[in-house]
Amino acid sequence: MVSMSETRSRWFTAEQRRALIQEYGIFLAFLILAVILSVSNEFFLTPGNISNVLLQTSINGVLAVGMTFVILTGGIDLSVGSVVALAGIVSASFATTSSTAAVYGAPYPVVIPLAIGVLVGVACGALSGLIVSYFAVPAFVTTLGMLSAARGLTLIYGGGRPVPALTPEFRWIGTGHVFGIPAPVIILAVIFGLAWWTLTRTRFGRYIYAVGGNAHAAKTSGIDVVRIRFAVYVISAGLAGIAGMLLSARTGSALPQAGIAYELDAIAAVVIGGTSLSGGVGRITGTLIGALIIGVMNNGLDLMGIQSYYQQVLKGALIVGAVMLDQKRSYGA
Amino acid sequence: MERLLEVEGLKKSFGGVAALSDGRLELRAGSVHALCGGNGAGKSTFLKILMGIYKRDGGVIRRRGVEVDYASPAEALAAGIAIIEQELSPVPHMTVAENIYLGREPSRRFGGIDFNSMNRAAQALLDELEFNIRATRRMNDLTVAEMQLVEIAKALSHDAEVIFMDEPTSAIGEREAQRLFAAIRRLQALGRGVVYVSHRLSEIFEIADSYTAFRDGAYVGSGLLAEVRRQDLIRMIVGRELSEEYVKTNTPSDAVGIRVEDLCRPDAFEAISFSAHKGEIFAIYGLMGSGRTEIFECLFGLEKASAGAILIDDQQVTIRRPADAMALGVALVTEDRKSTGLNLLDSVRANICMASLPTLSPLFVMNRAGEADASRRMRADFQIKAARDTMPVSGLSGGNQQKVVLGKWFLRNPRILLLDEPTRGVDVGAKREIYRIMCDFANSGGTVVMVSSEIDEVLGMADRIMVMRNGRSVGTFDRGETDAQALVNLST
Repeated sequence: MVSMSETRSRWFTAEQRRALIQEYGIFLAFLILAVILSVSNEFFLTPGNISNVLLQTSINGVLAVGMTFVILTGGIDLSVGSVVALAGIVSASFATTSSTAAVYGAPYPVVIPLAIGVLVGVACGALSGLIVSYFAVPAFVTTLGMLSAARGLTLIYGGGRPVPALTPEFRWIGTGHVFGIPAPVIILAVIFGLAWWTLTRTRFGRYIYAVGGNAHAAKTSGIDVVRIRFAVYVISAGLAGIAGMLLSARTGSALPQAGIAYELDAIAAVVIGGTSLSGGVGRITGTLIGALIIGVMNNGLDLMGIQSYYQQVLKGALIVGAVMLDQKRSYGA
Repeated sequence: MERLLEVEGLKKSFGGVAALSDGRLELRAGSVHALCGGNGAGKSTFLKILMGIYKRDGGVIRRRGVEVDYASPAEALAAGIAIIEQELSPVPHMTVAENIYLGREPSRRFGGIDFNSMNRAAQALLDELEFNIRATRRMNDLTVAEMQLVEIAKALSHDAEVIFMDEPTSAIGEREAQRLFAAIRRLQALGRGVVYVSHRLSEIFEIADSYTAFRDGAYVGSGLLAEVRRQDLIRMIVGRELSEEYVKTNTPSDAVGIRVEDLCRPDAFEAISFSAHKGEIFAIYGLMGSGRTEIFECLFGLEKASAGAILIDDQQVTIRRPADAMALGVALVTEDRKSTGLNLLDSVRANICMASLPTLSPLFVMNRAGEADASRRMRADFQIKAARDTMPVSGLSGGNQQKVVLGKWFLRNPRILLLDEPTRGVDVGAKREIYRIMCDFANSGGTVVMVSSEIDEVLGMADRIMVMRNGRSVGTFDRGETDAQALVNLST
């Protein structure tokens, strides 16, 4: 039928355009940004600075990877900033030499606090996930509640005080190097690789896209939608737990006010990376670039000596601008 | 009679490909004009140009003899052209009157809305049309058919002379369709012109007086319906000879495929019993809301039945989740492929494989070659016309989308196929292919249970028909012992 070929070829150009933009648009934006910065500042491209940018991106990158899983199902996780603080302070209390802040028997061998940090995150995520998936409470509300509750628990647990004097072994995950590469960067790379593999190569990944694309159709196809929804919140909060430990390990002490507003940067990275907030569409590579763009921009503006106040305005413009371009592309045809 | 609208040689291309190469139409006052054509024939493009949504590349539109060019739907509406779209978009939490006068609310002295006169005006309009709807009711309390009537009233409140209706009966039952037809006849009596777009030929012959057929983006013929035979109209639409609309080749066996005994679900249906045989096409006929879809939901584990038993191959089974039903070889093609059948954001291949991933990739990691192969097989079996299977399924025509849904389930080699309105919104050519797929499946020993509100389809394809009314079965008939009249009488 001729009508077939007509939809076909019309679609082809649109697809090619979209594919090009999705695959390379964000890379292009990132490259342009990097070129501008390296031309305008000779210090930008030095190995030391690149390593610094990656280090600064690592925590937000880890959070953004988890956020991508949640947003792909059409959800949102506002609680990651608070989970960062809670996991950071609880794990730190098992890894401190300070007699006042430590739990009984601390410092424990480094695996114990590390495992506990992840577990704290997973527990928060399991609770949010249960409420979102099984009780069908909107994710925005559920994780807003968790944002408040986890922050409160952080303050209760530490009595509002920081946990200082962490063991060098624990601090290594935030400050150590392997072949000159900072440990947090390696951790981010591993997490990113696993996430990429999960989303593109496993059944679970495909179910995440299916649930986000059309939950009804997923359900009638025999997919356990409740379980998939539950799992993404566990992943997101579990990664927030890891991010919390990276943060306290890097600064050497766990602060009760750590991670405030971190969820916003994570969401920003996902959105700049081209993932749709309504779910079903997006790539984890986009998220990584999104996080890098935020990191590079902050760093570049620092190098140029622009006040951090202005940086926030620019970041806001970047987030909205990126999505605006996306909308224009999909509706402009 | 005066000509309300004349269109000649309308052209529109997208990215160098013609969606419409020669659109023509002549609408006279007091006429109901059927616009016929398969999916992709260019009907929607045609309507969108007339409504000022798309800009035409060429051609002439004359409104009462004057050449016109509308740049927006608002301009078209101001010129007396309104459209009742296939998917209505009312503001659900507002009243009927508020919806009718949306954007034109009469105001009081200090800028507030004069609700009293607005409600009065709306009620007067509805009464004049004899629609029997209260203007103060909320939109979301109305049935789909009533919402359509409100849309018609809204069009008339804009003084629309030309009213397009795009598949108005696709979501309503037989009785409600009759109510709509009565409204259309009233419009006709008022001297308005109606352009009626539908895939259902019986309806076209019932309500319209003249027709224009499009095929592959171009005009192929027009005339009075009284002077055209149904087969000839089909040939114009399809472009080839279709000897028979309903080709039935299956033969039922004696072995029972699925038996349902006294199945109940509160507020949906009561004491439903039937058995469908292997090799049989068993139809459930009833109006929307008669409980037919809800039966499928229970058989497929989407909802729980409160009482009753389901037997597959004479074994009583428990179905709690869709996965249970699927493990027993049951497949469900849902009524609305866009909202419950497909993931429109994903590719053809991903949709075909969506229900089979555990089988295709028993390990956690996906078997990509296996998926590509499965998709290739299904596309070949069902002649799914897609450029590549990695393109989004949303880019396909309705008929091909429906075949993707069928492919998704056939990939699982089902034994029992539950089909809910399998040919809704699908053109005549694709319909025949779907019927062929159904018959082939039955002949290979499968059991087909089909829900349909299209009488012709039920009578043409089913071996036996169970009629439902208000959640109860009112009888099961062999196809030979019933007719359209009897089915309508029993179901209403």
